[in-house]
Amino acid sequence: MNIGKSRKTSDLAALDGATFGLDKAMTLVSFVLLFVIVFIPIFMIVYNAFFFEGRFDIEMFQNVVFSKDNVDAMTNTVIIGVAVTFFGTVVGLFYAWLLGRSDIPCKGLMRALFMIPYMFPPFFGAMAWDMLLSGRGGYVNTWLMNAFNLETAPLNINSLWGIIFVEVSYYFPFVFMQVVSALERMDPTLEESARIAGATQGTVIRKITIPLVTPAISAGALLILISSLAHFGVPAILGFSKQIYTLPTVIYACIDRAGGSFEGIRQGAALSILLVFVVAMALILQKIVLSSGSFDIIKGKSMRPTLIKLRGAKYPLLFLSVITLIVIVLVPLIMIFLEGLVKAYGLPLIPENFTMENFRNLATSKATMDSIRNSLFLSISAGVICMFLGVMVAYVVIKIKPKGKEILEMLSVLPYSIPGTVLAIGVILAWSGALWGISLYNTIWIILVAYMARYLSFSMKSASASLQQVHPSLEEAARACGASHTESLKDVTLPLIRPAMVAGFFLIFLPSMRELTTSILLYGPYTRTLGVQIFALRDSGQIPQASALAAIAILIIIVCNFIVTQITKDRKGV
Amino acid sequence: MAEDQIILKHVTKRFTTKTLGTVTAVNDFNLNIHEGECFSFLGPSGCGKTTTLRMIAGFEDLSEGEIHLCGQPVSIKEKNLYVPPERRGLGMVFQAFAVWPHMNIFDNVAFPLQIKKVPHDEIKKRVKEALHHTSLDGMEDVYPSDLSGGQQQRIALARAIVTNPKVMLLDEPLSNLDPKLRESMRFEIKALQRKFGFTVIFVTHDQSEAMAISDRMMVCDMGNIMQIDTPSNLYNKPVNRFVHNFLGQSTFLHVVLDHGQVYARGDMQNPLPLTIPEKADKEMVVATRPNAIDLNRDHGFKTHIYSRVFLTDTAEYLVPIGDQLLKIQTPHRITFAKGEECYVDFTHVMWYPEEDESAEAERAKRQLV
Repeated sequence: MNIGKSRKTSDLAALDGATFGLDKAMTLVSFVLLFVIVFIPIFMIVYNAFFFEGRFDIEMFQNVVFSKDNVDAMTNTVIIGVAVTFFGTVVGLFYAWLLGRSDIPCKGLMRALFMIPYMFPPFFGAMAWDMLLSGRGGYVNTWLMNAFNLETAPLNINSLWGIIFVEVSYYFPFVFMQVVSALERMDPTLEESARIAGATQGTVIRKITIPLVTPAISAGALLILISSLAHFGVPAILGFSKQIYTLPTVIYACIDRAGGSFEGIRQGAALSILLVFVVAMALILQKIVLSSGSFDIIKGKSMRPTLIKLRGAKYPLLFLSVITLIVIVLVPLIMIFLEGLVKAYGLPLIPENFTMENFRNLATSKATMDSIRNSLFLSISAGVICMFLGVMVAYVVIKIKPKGKEILEMLSVLPYSIPGTVLAIGVILAWSGALWGISLYNTIWIILVAYMARYLSFSMKSASASLQQVHPSLEEAARACGASHTESLKDVTLPLIRPAMVAGFFLIFLPSMRELTTSILLYGPYTRTLGVQIFALRDSGQIPQASALAAIAILIIIVCNFIVTQITKDRKGV
Repeated sequence: MAEDQIILKHVTKRFTTKTLGTVTAVNDFNLNIHEGECFSFLGPSGCGKTTTLRMIAGFEDLSEGEIHLCGQPVSIKEKNLYVPPERRGLGMVFQAFAVWPHMNIFDNVAFPLQIKKVPHDEIKKRVKEALHHTSLDGMEDVYPSDLSGGQQQRIALARAIVTNPKVMLLDEPLSNLDPKLRESMRFEIKALQRKFGFTVIFVTHDQSEAMAISDRMMVCDMGNIMQIDTPSNLYNKPVNRFVHNFLGQSTFLHVVLDHGQVYARGDMQNPLPLTIPEKADKEMVVATRPNAIDLNRDHGFKTHIYSRVFLTDTAEYLVPIGDQLLKIQTPHRITFAKGEECYVDFTHVMWYPEEDESAEAERAKRQLV
């Protein structure tokens, strides 16, 4: 997005004859860092999938791609991805319309509640639902079997449908948020002029409203599709016991089984190519759909949109919304807390069986405390480093505009669309001694490098949006007042974009705290993260302890989110 | 009453907001708009003009009163009668164009006909005609985003006239256009009206636009009708200070009436050359136009030139009278130097009672809504 007036802030030092100014230094550093952090891992995957010991070798790729198990995994991935996208879009669209255009009560509150799934990692939900609806001994299933004298469990969450259900409940906010904001920004006279033209309310929704928010719908839907295709946690927790694999979980299984051998990692790399291929298809689809039209629907005159009276349907629909909220938000969270309190997995959830023992065990377990410490260290470092890096890259791209800035831009947003699993494999291939003998394998640094690659785009986007608002004349005015280039940066530009930097930090800190997909492939004996530790505890059958730790994670996330909203609330616009 | 096409009886609209409590946006409006008339709603923002238009269109409910269109009741609060906008058979053009960006020009203009299930050939013919009347010939396949604001507003016009409605509602249709374009569109709208003979309600806050286009207009302020009259009467015989001030340039003089003479406030020695009106208080306001004051060297009230500013078409003088400064505009051929002695005579004045200032405060409060 180029604002007509924004010019390149010329490096006046260069005019003065200096050959190496601050701008040049920042440009160079940005290029080098992005090359090392982003480009090398991606390159290593492609290279290792097709080359072996320096020779072109497609055999591995063929073996992997045509193995029946892997084809099944790919089919599952696509089925889940498409189904989650479809149902997530329908659910998101329905509630967006209900909250954005109808006269349903308690809008503000419900809107906040519908965003909650967005805060928590989907694998917490998978854990909760596994306890409730697992084919063998889920609480609800047991209860239903006893109540109706059934031989087999009526509901089974350990199935494709179960995985789809849990993913839908965590991914529909993508469409929901996009469409609600599009509906809010939409000029109400676009709909009113259709009414005047003789169209009924139903026709207006069909012919005007839906087509106009289609860009928002498809943007949200593709976000769901890409996230779901690359998603690891839910299929790992719900699918492993029933041998239901998706590409990300099969890659994990492959590496896990090989125990760190190069052969296993190469296999993983070849599989990654498959996953990248699937995601790339989705991305191409995204390009086509998004370029086909985004409409200018911003309103001219501020006016309340006419809300559609639901009349008789009002309270049934409110009831439906409340039920949805209870099922997707409340039930999983409560379940995690309750299970964290129970003495042993499978015991009925009654007060006699409750204990604080699980929490006490966690506090005394070195591995667990280490994992919390590791996650805090990783999230804070990744957040701080990416915050500054993001600002620097954004500054280079937006203000300095060197040759090849498109490459910088692409490199910084590319990892966002690359599945975490794939990125992890790339990082392993790049930083376990293959290049210049640098080996970070099994250290915490390899995880940090992966987090940085994965999340840099978040802070970069936040910083560029803010930098675009800083008119070049502000910096020029500082120069005219006698400040040097460095001083004008430090005293004018940076303070103006500080809110965006803080926001950028939390945009990285929060997802890092709950990260699982990348860490699970990169952790070493002493470098478990919070997510990995929960997953490992659960994997080894210590379900109550895993739940207790998840409950602590939930509390951490809630507290951090509260801090973020407090900070961003009184954030000053530039 | 076949001639009255739009009738408003005791129409009232109240809004309740959290900050201001209940605000009467439209207070007891009574209107009769004739067939084929071009009628403007004019007033500052927050005066209730747009709300009234939206009630006629059916986008707002009434708090009280009734509205009749073409002899049919469309909103009667007492009987809870309400006809939705799509069944009122109106044409409407909005300020922000409201042209659907996902449809090309043909689909935009054809939409009202498609809804009515008009046969395909007929649609083609009528869209072509509508585009011809709005100078958009041959642009059927173009999308609105490729067009200028003026062209987009033409699409909106074409879409409104394509069904040949009897009544056309225009909600500040020109205020998003640049001044030159505004003037030419004004003539186009007027020409279309003459051709198709529809009744126009035109909402605007631009007085010259309203003056140029209307047969009659309603000036309102803070939810009350101030005056309904022809443009010429509104300009020459405004019923109160607000209308006088709102239309054209005004200059006001606070005066005191004493012993059959009129004195400017602050100067009880020299009477002004004005005749006392029939109904008079002790203190009054004399309103006139800066260009309707005769500035000369031999007759009237003796004073001097306080300051002089050259404007493009006129020269503007400030002349002290009592404790006030009177603004006078003259053609450039009449020149006075700063400080020069001069005489002021009045050719046409209106008399208004002194109004208390609380009305101003009320207006400021309303702007916040």
